[in-house]
Amino acid sequence: MNILKLLKIRLLKNKQTRIDESDDLYPHLSTAKDLSLVVCHSCGLLNPLIGSKKTLTNKQTCSRCHAVLHVRKPSSLERTWALMLAAAIMYIPANLLPMTKTTSFMGEQQDTIMSGVIYFWHNEDYFVSAVIFTASIFIPMLKLMILAFLLLVVRKQSNDKLGFRPEQCAFLYRVVEFVGRWSMIDVFVVSLLTALIQMQALATISAGSGAVAFGSVVVLTMFASLSFDPRIIWDNYYKTHEYQTHTASNDR
Amino acid sequence: MIDKADSKKMTDDNQSINQSPNPNDDSQQTSENSVSEKVLAEPRTAQPKRWRFSLVWFIPLIALAIGLSLFAKAILETGPTISVSFSTADGLQAGKTTVRYKEVDIGLVRGIELSKDRSHVIVQIELSHAARSFAVDDTKFWVVRPRIGTGGISGINTFFSGAYIGVAGGKSQVEKEEFIGLDAPPIITGDEAGKVFVLHSNDLGSLDTGSPIYYRRINVGQVSAFKLANDGKSVEVQVFIKSPYDHYVTTDTRFWQASGVDVSLNASGFQVNTQSLASIVSGGIAFGFPEGSNANIAASNSVFKLVETQAEALKDSDGNPVKILMYFDQSLRGLAKGAPIDFRGIELGYVKSINVEFDSTYRQLRMPVIAEIYPSRLSHGREVDPNKKVLNEFIQRGLRAQMKTGNILTGQNYIALDFFPKAKPAEMKFTDGVAEIPTIPSELSGLQAQVTQIADKLTKFPLDEIGKDVRKTLANMNTAINSTDKLVKQMDGKVAPAMQATLDDARKTLQSTQTILASDAPMQQDIRRALQQMTRAAASLQLMSDYIEQHPESLIRGKVPSKEKP
Repeated sequence: MNILKLLKIRLLKNKQTRIDESDDLYPHLSTAKDLSLVVCHSCGLLNPLIGSKKTLTNKQTCSRCHAVLHVRKPSSLERTWALMLAAAIMYIPANLLPMTKTTSFMGEQQDTIMSGVIYFWHNEDYFVSAVIFTASIFIPMLKLMILAFLLLVVRKQSNDKLGFRPEQCAFLYRVVEFVGRWSMIDVFVVSLLTALIQMQALATISAGSGAVAFGSVVVLTMFASLSFDPRIIWDNYYKTHEYQTHTASNDR
Repeated sequence: MIDKADSKKMTDDNQSINQSPNPNDDSQQTSENSVSEKVLAEPRTAQPKRWRFSLVWFIPLIALAIGLSLFAKAILETGPTISVSFSTADGLQAGKTTVRYKEVDIGLVRGIELSKDRSHVIVQIELSHAARSFAVDDTKFWVVRPRIGTGGISGINTFFSGAYIGVAGGKSQVEKEEFIGLDAPPIITGDEAGKVFVLHSNDLGSLDTGSPIYYRRINVGQVSAFKLANDGKSVEVQVFIKSPYDHYVTTDTRFWQASGVDVSLNASGFQVNTQSLASIVSGGIAFGFPEGSNANIAASNSVFKLVETQAEALKDSDGNPVKILMYFDQSLRGLAKGAPIDFRGIELGYVKSINVEFDSTYRQLRMPVIAEIYPSRLSHGREVDPNKKVLNEFIQRGLRAQMKTGNILTGQNYIALDFFPKAKPAEMKFTDGVAEIPTIPSELSGLQAQVTQIADKLTKFPLDEIGKDVRKTLANMNTAINSTDKLVKQMDGKVAPAMQATLDDARKTLQSTQTILASDAPMQQDIRRALQQMTRAAASLQLMSDYIEQHPESLIRGKVPSKEKP
């Protein structure tokens, strides 16, 4: 019933200004943490928190699969920050340094990602050009920007000035998760070419230092999005709005 | 885990979430305390508020370090960017065309743009860091394209790889960023040891840049450049002699054209000279020095003369030419411009011009022949006879010019100077400062005159009378012969049989004589018997004489019978 009410009001909300939205439209749904429970990351079993309040003081293991339990992913935001920054740093050499070195009897040629895109574009292979651009330049950039945005939002969520709603943040997070697997295409292509085209005098392709940097960008962004715990979005959101919702739920 | 690694913020978050929803911490604390006992324990477990450095931050630090090192490497490896102007950018591609020195990539073309006046292209080249020393004043750049020339085929590899920019590294210390590219690869690259010389020639012949230079038929260098002299009257050919051979070029070295096939037809006959097959195709230069030369090694950039033929190059120094003038009265057919002036087999000079002029004083046409002779050829190259005194003396002693046939086959003539003591005396004259040497008609025309004289004499000879006499004599002789014939016939008929008979008789006599003289002939026997009887008679006579001697009285008394016997 609560949910139905919430949905109704949500639909209405679109036409209202954000300030008008009353906090009771977003009631604090009880989380496992609130109920002194902790979910196992590997098998999904709800375990009760033993001997303490809602934080884990000791190493507690899952009663079913014996995996170490965490209330939230350990130091999630900090790790995400670090990995995202590392990825951002590596993104620069990944685009500036050559991905492939083609040595053939026609001479040596070094290609960066962008030179490949431009090459295909000039040869009127717009589709290939667009695919390379999307997979190798746009998606990693998008991931980095979304992660940075999420981290900033989550950090600033408490004061509500920015006022991004948790659902929107969650949507962005899903985008990152979905898109992440596509950006390894380039690395695959380069490693395949390097392995296949080794015809000594005729043509030899070797991976450039850009390929290493690019691979590290992809891996780092994947780890970054992995270490981000989306539950913190709501944790922080409710930290600000908890009072009202709490009282509201108490009233009810 | 969480209590160790949690950041300050996380701790804050968790705590605030864990705690009661009361925004006011103090009131919350108190209210919680009153609500449950568990809350009381909370201060114990509270995390330290100070932020602790987490190991995870090493990852961006490492990434930063890697990134910075990559950039530092890239920046360190990047050398200076220079611009080279070319007349055309044919085959050049920005970002692809490389700059190569000894087939090693030392740079990359970054950009190609037109010059402001659109007359040439400016190519921006990024040199590698190691090749920064190439950006100096005397470095040369050129575009290597496939090139097919007389010297061979070069740049075949660029058929596939596209053109690249070749470099000849300079040695200068002056740094430079703007260069003017060469249109063709330089013949000499700066790192090749050797010397450059300049040759002056009347024309280029079949030479070209890259034409070989031979020393004793060994290829020792190349023509590196040529240009018209500033006054336009000769050609300056720049040659490069490679290092081990360059010290064979001495100050008195002679250079000559070894271009192609040299076919010459002159008074000395038909001549074909070549240096090598390659030079037939592409031309070339050869050098050598006159015999017995021991001059010093020539310095770089020395200037030499380039002549047409080896013979011309290697002959002794001629000194200054002297012009002479000769007037001929006969046909000069067969005497060509350039025909030699010969003195007893030594070529003194050559005919410069042949003309016809009207001699107003003698009212006749005569042929002035102007020639240049080198008197010093008669004196081992020393300059002689500045005042032509010697020449004058020679003329008084009979020095004359005469046209002679040099080659009967070709009909080429030459002018011979020689002494003709019987010639009509003459004086040396000067016409416009040119010494005139008197001439005598050629030997052929002298012979003609003699033949005419003989013919004249022959005409005066009384051939008719002689003929008559001869005929008369012949008739007489005929009769004599006839009578002799008769006599012989008579003798034949009468004398011969008589002779035969006589001979027969003689033979008979001889035969009988033989019979008489034979050993068994009766006469012989008779004689022998007679002789025996005579011998006997002689013996009895001896007995008688001995008896008479002993008994002379017997003559009177007669023979006494023997007394003792009784």
